[in-house]
Amino acid sequence: MTAADSHRAIDAVWRIEAPRLIAGLARVVGDIGLAEDLAQDSLVAALEQWPSSGVPQNPGAWLMATAKHRAIDTFRRRRRFEQKQAAIGHQIELARDEAAGNIEAALDDPVGDDLLRLIFTACHPVLAAEARVALTLRLLGGLTTDEIARAFLVPEPTIAQRIVRAKRTLSRKRVPFEVPRGSDLAARLSSVLEIIYLIFNEGYAATAGDDWIRPGLCEEALRLGRILAELAPNEPEVHGLVALMEIQASRAGARVGPSGDPILLLDQNRARWDQLLIRRGLAALDRADALGRGRGPYSIQAAIAACHARARTAGETDWRQIVDLYGALLAVSPSPVVELNRAVAVAMAFGPAAGLERVEALAGDPALQRYHFLPGVRGDLLAKLERFDEARAAFEEAAALTRNGRERDLLRARADDCARRSSAVEPESR
Amino acid sequence: MRFMVIVKADKRSEAGELPDQKLLADMGKYNEELAKAGVLLAAEGLQPSSKGARVRFSGSKRTVIDGPFTETKELIAGFWLMQVKSRDEVIEWVKRCPNPFPGTESEIEIRQVFEAPDFGDELTPELQEAEKRVAAKMAENAKR
Repeated sequence: MTAADSHRAIDAVWRIEAPRLIAGLARVVGDIGLAEDLAQDSLVAALEQWPSSGVPQNPGAWLMATAKHRAIDTFRRRRRFEQKQAAIGHQIELARDEAAGNIEAALDDPVGDDLLRLIFTACHPVLAAEARVALTLRLLGGLTTDEIARAFLVPEPTIAQRIVRAKRTLSRKRVPFEVPRGSDLAARLSSVLEIIYLIFNEGYAATAGDDWIRPGLCEEALRLGRILAELAPNEPEVHGLVALMEIQASRAGARVGPSGDPILLLDQNRARWDQLLIRRGLAALDRADALGRGRGPYSIQAAIAACHARARTAGETDWRQIVDLYGALLAVSPSPVVELNRAVAVAMAFGPAAGLERVEALAGDPALQRYHFLPGVRGDLLAKLERFDEARAAFEEAAALTRNGRERDLLRARADDCARRSSAVEPESR
Repeated sequence: MRFMVIVKADKRSEAGELPDQKLLADMGKYNEELAKAGVLLAAEGLQPSSKGARVRFSGSKRTVIDGPFTETKELIAGFWLMQVKSRDEVIEWVKRCPNPFPGTESEIEIRQVFEAPDFGDELTPELQEAEKRVAAKMAENAKR
């Protein structure tokens, strides 16, 4: 084995073992910053020793044993240090003492809920969303700060700082390393799901020319979601989120054309949808529903995605069901953007006039004033109703609002098309 | 990256022998570990080839050949589909798999699965252009 080979093998072991290692250590030392340092120390030891000794039979156990020794050393050193400083409170010392004694036994415990604790702690709401994202990718995805920085298009020191500060905040605010119970759980879980979906969407928004690591975020988020679904199988929204991500990811191969421009859902070649992911998504949605506790926002969005996934052609889409699902989504998380989506579904199910009526009703909503999708949809529906002059004006308004160059070109082209068709129908209408 | 991890058949799997309790339990544990790590996409065990068939293609002719098939080493007894970040990662996972045929030597084969972007990247506009040129050239040659 060459040095490069063994480094790659160590990387692979690290990716598999790091989350469990950090989680197990964090439970014992009660601080994820220290736990990560200890885990990193054991990685350094592996990098020093494995290239010559070979990767051990059970690399996970080796890393854990090494980290364990470091943990005990750290505690002993701290204890000696503290003993010299008589000012240190007796109680803390006793607690630490006990910790050092228990450490060996504690680390041999089965992993149990450790990973779950790690997920909840990394996604704790005391941290800003971007800090939660960075910490989650670092601790659970085993990504380096450089990889995270490239994925989010920010300089590496920014991410490194973000992670250091996040760990400091967690220890300053004495965030306990635990899985929340009772009434806390729902809010904390939604924070975890939000972060996973945020990571997914960051990857989904990446374009073909981007660094490979960006689209890789989708896989990373899916992996986290799948892990969470195994660790917290009784939470319907976990399965709902997994279902949503699986089905959205199933379209990855169909949503971009050869020259990099986006292909809209209804125009996609459905033969390129990944049937394995669709099947997994539908199964996850079934698991969510089987828990019989109703559908939350992720499950409902997954159900909408499932309507598209089940339709063999765009024409077979069950738009009436989608209208109902958007209605259900509005009931649990009202938003003008969801209203607009429902209006599109209404137009597909009941004709452009019915859809337009809903869109017009939204036109005054302050939240949608700068949202190019609104005039874009309006233009589309007006064009279908052959009201080309109004449609042209709507497309021009949309083109002026969008920041995406490709989209602007498309909207301008549609405006021009309406102008042509308007002059073509003019003689008749007079 | 997606990999298919293939367990090759042996005499026992071809005879329809099921793994013993211990192996079943170990495999179950291993599968659970894969699922908990978020890498397991699918896993299936295959019935012996005596229950299968082959369709041989020769020009426009199709001939059905019933199993069993004799070249045991070429046959497969089961597979996993795993989603991982690198070839090294899948190798690391496979090394942790319980020995599928204790007492004898066997192999598990690891193959990367083509995914849509694999083709997408290859089929750049330039390449498509090149393809058209080749097609045009062939059409031209055909006229001669």
